[in-house]
Amino acid sequence: MSTYLGMPAFPEAAAVSTRDTRLRGNLRHATHTIRAKRAAAVAEMADWQQLRAAGAAAKDDTLRHLDTYLEQLETAVTTAGGTVHWAADAEEANRIVAGLVRATGETEVVKVKSMATQEIGLNEALEAEGIRAYETDLAELIVQLGDDLPSHILVPAIHRNRGEIRDIFTGEMAAWGRPAPEGLSDRPAELAEAARLHLREKFLRAKVGISGANFMVAETGTLVVLESEGNGRMCLTLPETLISVVGIEKVVPTWRDLEVFMQLLPRSSTAERMNPYTTMWTGTTDGDGPRDFHLVLLDNGRTDTLADQVGRQALRCIRCSACLNVCPVYERAGGHAYGSPYPGPIGAILTPQLRGTASALDASLPYASSLCGACYEVCPVAIDIPEVLVHLRQRVVEGGTYTVRGTRTVIRPAKGHAAERAAMRAARWTFQRPRALGAVQRLATRTRRIQPRRLPVGPGKAWGLTRDLPAVPEKSFREWWQERGKGAGE
Amino acid sequence: MSRELILGRIRAANAGARAAGPVRRDYLRAHADRTPDESVGLLAENLADYRALVHRTDAAGVAGVVARLLAERGSRTVLVPDGLPAEWLAATGVQQLEDRAESTARELDAVGSVVTGCALAIAETGTIVLDGGTAQGRRRITLIPDHHICVIRVPEQVVSSVPEALERLDAARPLTWISGPSATSDIELDRVEGVHGPRTLDVVLVGE
Amino acid sequence: MRVALFVTCVNDTLYPRTGQAVVTLLERLGVGVDFPLAQSCCGQPQFNTGYRRETVPLARRYAEVFEEYEYIVTPSGSCAAMVRDNHPKLGAKGAAARTYELTEFLTDVLEVTDVGAYYPHTVTYHPTCHGLRMLKLGDRPRRLLQAVQGLELRELEGAEECCGFGGTFAVKNPDVSAAMGADKARHIEDTGASAVCTVDNSCLMHIGGTLSRRDSGVRPVHLAEILASTEGDVW
Repeated sequence: MSTYLGMPAFPEAAAVSTRDTRLRGNLRHATHTIRAKRAAAVAEMADWQQLRAAGAAAKDDTLRHLDTYLEQLETAVTTAGGTVHWAADAEEANRIVAGLVRATGETEVVKVKSMATQEIGLNEALEAEGIRAYETDLAELIVQLGDDLPSHILVPAIHRNRGEIRDIFTGEMAAWGRPAPEGLSDRPAELAEAARLHLREKFLRAKVGISGANFMVAETGTLVVLESEGNGRMCLTLPETLISVVGIEKVVPTWRDLEVFMQLLPRSSTAERMNPYTTMWTGTTDGDGPRDFHLVLLDNGRTDTLADQVGRQALRCIRCSACLNVCPVYERAGGHAYGSPYPGPIGAILTPQLRGTASALDASLPYASSLCGACYEVCPVAIDIPEVLVHLRQRVVEGGTYTVRGTRTVIRPAKGHAAERAAMRAARWTFQRPRALGAVQRLATRTRRIQPRRLPVGPGKAWGLTRDLPAVPEKSFREWWQERGKGAGE
Repeated sequence: MSRELILGRIRAANAGARAAGPVRRDYLRAHADRTPDESVGLLAENLADYRALVHRTDAAGVAGVVARLLAERGSRTVLVPDGLPAEWLAATGVQQLEDRAESTARELDAVGSVVTGCALAIAETGTIVLDGGTAQGRRRITLIPDHHICVIRVPEQVVSSVPEALERLDAARPLTWISGPSATSDIELDRVEGVHGPRTLDVVLVGE
Repeated sequence: MRVALFVTCVNDTLYPRTGQAVVTLLERLGVGVDFPLAQSCCGQPQFNTGYRRETVPLARRYAEVFEEYEYIVTPSGSCAAMVRDNHPKLGAKGAAARTYELTEFLTDVLEVTDVGAYYPHTVTYHPTCHGLRMLKLGDRPRRLLQAVQGLELRELEGAEECCGFGGTFAVKNPDVSAAMGADKARHIEDTGASAVCTVDNSCLMHIGGTLSRRDSGVRPVHLAEILASTEGDVW
């Protein structure tokens, strides 16, 4: 099974992916398709900015009183017949889920697409326990059959086009169950039909379902899953046992808050007025749906993120993926370069907070942005992603005291930034002394004729691979200004 | 215990945090003032936009429309949830099956069609909401059969907007929100209708 | 009226013509211009790369240097945004609200859109990200361009997409930056314009460097230089 372990830093991964013309074409087509649709779906709503502000405020309230809301949620779920478990990290969550599945005596489970279970590597952990997890979302199925990794929050197989999907189905379905139909074409409707046939058998015999949730309502104990295909409904209602693994930040205080999020999320993610199916359930219901319901509340770095007063806004995220779809960096680098189930702008601020900034990859993520701000503009819960990116860059190059796995920890400035740090210091020194600045400028202008337009090393080399350097002028502006003053007789 | 550990971490993280501002609910309750008829019209339009098949009739016409839809579909069996008005199926000869708690998913897979009512419908989004109440049955009966006929009494079951819908729904009930037949955007982010849920959704709007 | 020009370190060192254009333009419009020689850099490169501690003295210095001015005008969208949005966070609020990007100053303070300019070329306009999304310049630059005599404005496809400069992003992520730059350059070439203009020379350095390497022949030009140009004094 593919994993994110040992992946290179973002720039190295992107150096490869930006040259993959098929990947670039697939991503360009998909992201441009959805951009225009999202804009139209949002434009229908005269009160979008008010909804966005209310969504952000409701999430901020959630985070500020998260302990209270989680306890309230636990009580409500338990009262309604569910069982609540708490997992401090991925390992504990996986152990809890594996134990619950083993207790049923089953060796296979059907899964609804869930970011939280991707994050904790649940499928791999279950496999190690002899339990096979079947992904049932079409895109997750494509990823699983292709022994691949997801590259988008909403559409994990966005990096694949229809032809590649057809080849994966034809080649791999037989090893996992019902083979692809003979002569399968690459028409999306036929591909969807092939997935329907392949998964039908698994749904009908499934005894255990595993899901995440988009929202959990503290007041009522209700969990909410939005989806399109019906695989979610299958997994949430047919099995006898349902296990939902949900990040602690997914709680919202009141039932009424859903009126905000049920308007914000579909338009931001699939650009629909409403997604085809939403399931809302509270505990268990006699005679309808699972008899056993387990909710596993997951921390896994979320409380560390909460402890960062600037970075905590990342926990407002409702996983719509609008920021990915508008991001020019994501569009060119692709999701895999981010080395985590959370790619794109939100991944660049979420992953280094959930996992820390110790690895070269995680330390490179806050820099995987030109700070163009398109992500902030479309975010339905107004996460100021550029602000958090800059904040995390400070964490990387300046270090400081941050919470890591619940403990206040002094983080040293990252290695590998020494030359840059020296340059920034020198620049600051010069900028504080206009005479020195003038001297540097004079040196540059006097030597302009011997300066190359490409440089052989360092940042100059990186610049010069595709760009000429500007010609240095004969004199700086301040020289011109001073001479002009003399000429005017001042 | 991880419960205490996590709650403790949250409290520590929030110890010096700024107070959260109030949630201002100055967004719209509905996006237009609509007469009941206008809401029904918008519902029909939005349902159709997401490829539901919409049929309009009156109380006397329901049985005829349902019978025709079942016949056109060629279904030999139709599932009937508890409390479904008998007159809705008065004109069809298709074999009627009760929704029994012990019927398995596999048995449901062999059924041709299902007819239900609903709890309410949302005009602005083209959404039907089922809450397992009268004439709606268990969640699985509107999921496994490939053809769902949903009868909505208009205008009384139609609300304008999502906020109006949530006000009227009971969180304690299992809720299913349906906006058109199942679909996917997973191939090149383009929408294709028809995956695991019913691929045909007929909606019968029954006026007074 | 007298204003202070904050020319920015990039323009001071590499693009003096842009500063000269601002002086020419403002004086033509009857505005006296001061250039406090103690000015240097707003600290944007340091701040956006994560060197907050190196930024604080620069932000404070900016506030001191421009303390006495009611209007501080700068021909850079990103530097104006840095001062307005980030200096207050660094404890240097003083001059933030009095800092105007050039097109804001023209349209909002002087309330002019026709500045009497003449520029007989086809031009396409790239709205730079910080001008577009942080300052929310909207159609101000376009209104100014549309009023220029002799200028034919060409629509740019994907105009609102970042050019790929992003400060140190351009060298930390050279491949993605170059891929974005190549797409921007292609769209610019497709307009058939002879010049591409922006309100920010740093983005223009990247766009122009890319165009130059592609031998595309499209000239990068700062908006101020177009507005400074007149029939009697063609820039």
